[in-house]
Amino acid sequence: MSTEILMPALSPTMTEGNLSKWLIKKGDTVKAGDLIAEIETDKATMEVEAVDEGVVLDLLFKEGEANIPVNKAIAIIGDPNEKVEVKKEAPVEKVIEEKKIEKNIETKIETKKDNIIDTPSPKIEEDTNLSSEEITMRQALRDTMAEEMRKDKKVFILGEEVAEYQGAYKVTQGLLQEFGKDRVLDTPISEHGFTGLAVGAAFKGLRPILEFMTFNFSMQAIDQIINSAAKTLYMSGGQINCPIVFRGPNGAAAQVAAQHSQDFSSWYSQVPGLKVIAPSTPYNAKGLLRSAISDPNPVIFLENEILYGLKGPVNNDINFSIPIGKANIEKEGKDLTIVTYSIMLQKSKEAALRLKEEYNLDIEIIDLLTLRPLDTETILNSVKKTNRLITVEESWPFGSVGSEIANIVQRDAFDYLDSPVIKVNSADVPMPYALSLEKLYLPQVDDIINAAKKVSYIK
Amino acid sequence: MKKLQKADYIKMYSFMLKIRRFEERAAQLYGMGKIGGFCHLYIGQEAVVVGILMTIDKNDSVVTTYRDHGHMIARGLDPKRIMAELTGREDGYSAGKGGSMHMFSKENNFYGGHGIVGAQVPIGTGIAFTHKYNGEKNICRTYIGDGAMNNGQVFEAFNLAALWKLPVLYIIENNKYGMGTSVDRAAAGLDLYKRGEAFGIPGEKVDGMNVFSVIEAADKAGKYVREGNGPYIIEVQTYRYRGHSMSDPAKYRTKEELDNYKQTDPIEIVKAEILKKKIATNDEIEKINKDTLEEIKNAAEFATNSPFPKDSELYTDVYL
Repeated sequence: MSTEILMPALSPTMTEGNLSKWLIKKGDTVKAGDLIAEIETDKATMEVEAVDEGVVLDLLFKEGEANIPVNKAIAIIGDPNEKVEVKKEAPVEKVIEEKKIEKNIETKIETKKDNIIDTPSPKIEEDTNLSSEEITMRQALRDTMAEEMRKDKKVFILGEEVAEYQGAYKVTQGLLQEFGKDRVLDTPISEHGFTGLAVGAAFKGLRPILEFMTFNFSMQAIDQIINSAAKTLYMSGGQINCPIVFRGPNGAAAQVAAQHSQDFSSWYSQVPGLKVIAPSTPYNAKGLLRSAISDPNPVIFLENEILYGLKGPVNNDINFSIPIGKANIEKEGKDLTIVTYSIMLQKSKEAALRLKEEYNLDIEIIDLLTLRPLDTETILNSVKKTNRLITVEESWPFGSVGSEIANIVQRDAFDYLDSPVIKVNSADVPMPYALSLEKLYLPQVDDIINAAKKVSYIK
Repeated sequence: MKKLQKADYIKMYSFMLKIRRFEERAAQLYGMGKIGGFCHLYIGQEAVVVGILMTIDKNDSVVTTYRDHGHMIARGLDPKRIMAELTGREDGYSAGKGGSMHMFSKENNFYGGHGIVGAQVPIGTGIAFTHKYNGEKNICRTYIGDGAMNNGQVFEAFNLAALWKLPVLYIIENNKYGMGTSVDRAAAGLDLYKRGEAFGIPGEKVDGMNVFSVIEAADKAGKYVREGNGPYIIEVQTYRYRGHSMSDPAKYRTKEELDNYKQTDPIEIVKAEILKKKIATNDEIEKINKDTLEEIKNAAEFATNSPFPKDSELYTDVYL
């Protein structure tokens, strides 16, 4: 009986992989544990072992083939005397089992699709300097860091696995090779220590870019971020500034559960002395990261792991930047305003499409881009036009960025509101592991649609 | 060891006396309600910072704890402006926004004044990183209280400093008490300087009541660090005569213990040496005493007459 070898999921966010190299050929006999192929994932190139035993009957993809979906058969092994077709006569039970797996994967991919829509914003289309080639968010971030490091020797990068490993999420790929180990530094796993060290270096005039492998680990270092980096300019009467960028993925990835899925946007946005940025596309990530690196203040740069693979055009001018503190009107509309940021922009856009189709609502979407300082002017102007507001964000509901926006809007545009402001947030619980519960925890397109119907008094 | 000149003896005596008189006056102003919040005095520990001062290059950097008034004076900063920071006035080094625990002077490479126990240790290590990154021959002197020696980030910093061979001299000011808890009730293993051994950082223990011992150790350690060998730890045994802060009656220790340390008063030791070596006469010493008292009196006068910060200052210096 023959067995299919499937493209394995080798990281929590992997949906497809590239077949870099076959380590077996047709006719070879493989045992469980033998290396059979090298697969390039979204994070690294890894060797894959055989689980089943038999003779290699067929290799279904050639070396170098890219974007092979997870769980797609890549090879067939079995008894050479048996015909390959035999597998179609597999017992019913197994087929059911396979279908179940397939369905799970579908859901998983669908979740990803919910998150990512590749339509460029109108603002991007107006950019005459736009690249014809589309690049990923991780490339955009990488390129910007490299460009700034070329310009200014004071800029250096440090963090866990940023150098030799090429970045836990490949965001620092190639930087070690170009800039050397004095400017691209692997740190031990001691966030408190190396964050304090970077803050000291910034006090003394360097411009560190500090990568947290994820912002969850920044809690280990939060005293240095808030008590030292954010407050020293004030406490020194304006003498000592701290030009540092703290960056890394923030919020949920895919099924990494409670301790690795926290959104810190409102935590850091509460702190005077910090600037907080949350990009949503390769285009704005590039422009905003450049502004962050050039800024003389400490900047929290909240990336999103699921968005690292998002592709889009960018502006390749090495001086192109997007100002901190300016929100982007992603889509103009007249019936209702959605204020959102980071990965929730994608879900908000999808909700806006459906709201147009199903309820003929013309939605205005504001992508905040910067959370602190907040662009209240853009929000208020929009609310004065549409008279209805919902906020959409991944963070917990209590004291979130949306809470502050609701406060500002009721204070400064009370008479313009035709309905209460509604916030769409994650569930007020720690992030669960199970795929089904994770989906329930996170704001989904349907939640946004329900909120929009509510503020529009649509039953 | 560095050969001390006659002028060095006078310098040491003057600085130590200036710190003592300053702190006494600060205590008085605190009692009068002119200084608020927390106020941690350095009385009894003067030989530590002054001993280190004798080996310092002006382009070296310094970072210390919240017990920082003496450190600023030793760095050559103006007592008038230090006192004005304590009284929270606009002429203070932080324009009245930092207070006793958070004072800085960037032009003098003095990087605070840190209110969080242990936080200055990674920061000082990062300043040392910058000296190395920029190819400068300077070092960063990072002071640590005995209390901070049980704080995790200190060891993270030690590891990084040793791993990257950073030019940082760690000076543990062991004044025997972390607030009201004696070292033996807080630290497992009383030789705090040995805590660098696991990282390969050499260290030694020094009598911190005697400025000459401090100079000798600081000179040797400073050379080691400046020559690119990586970090070094000096544990200075010292004693604070006053409580942890102004509100601390220091009931956790005996009067005999305090009196015992006062027998080896650091200022008296220098004075005796000056007289023995006939570097100055009793009259000359008296003149220094009088001048110092006058200078500190003027500083207090200045600090209580300097205006409070303007209301508009509330919103400045949040961002550059």
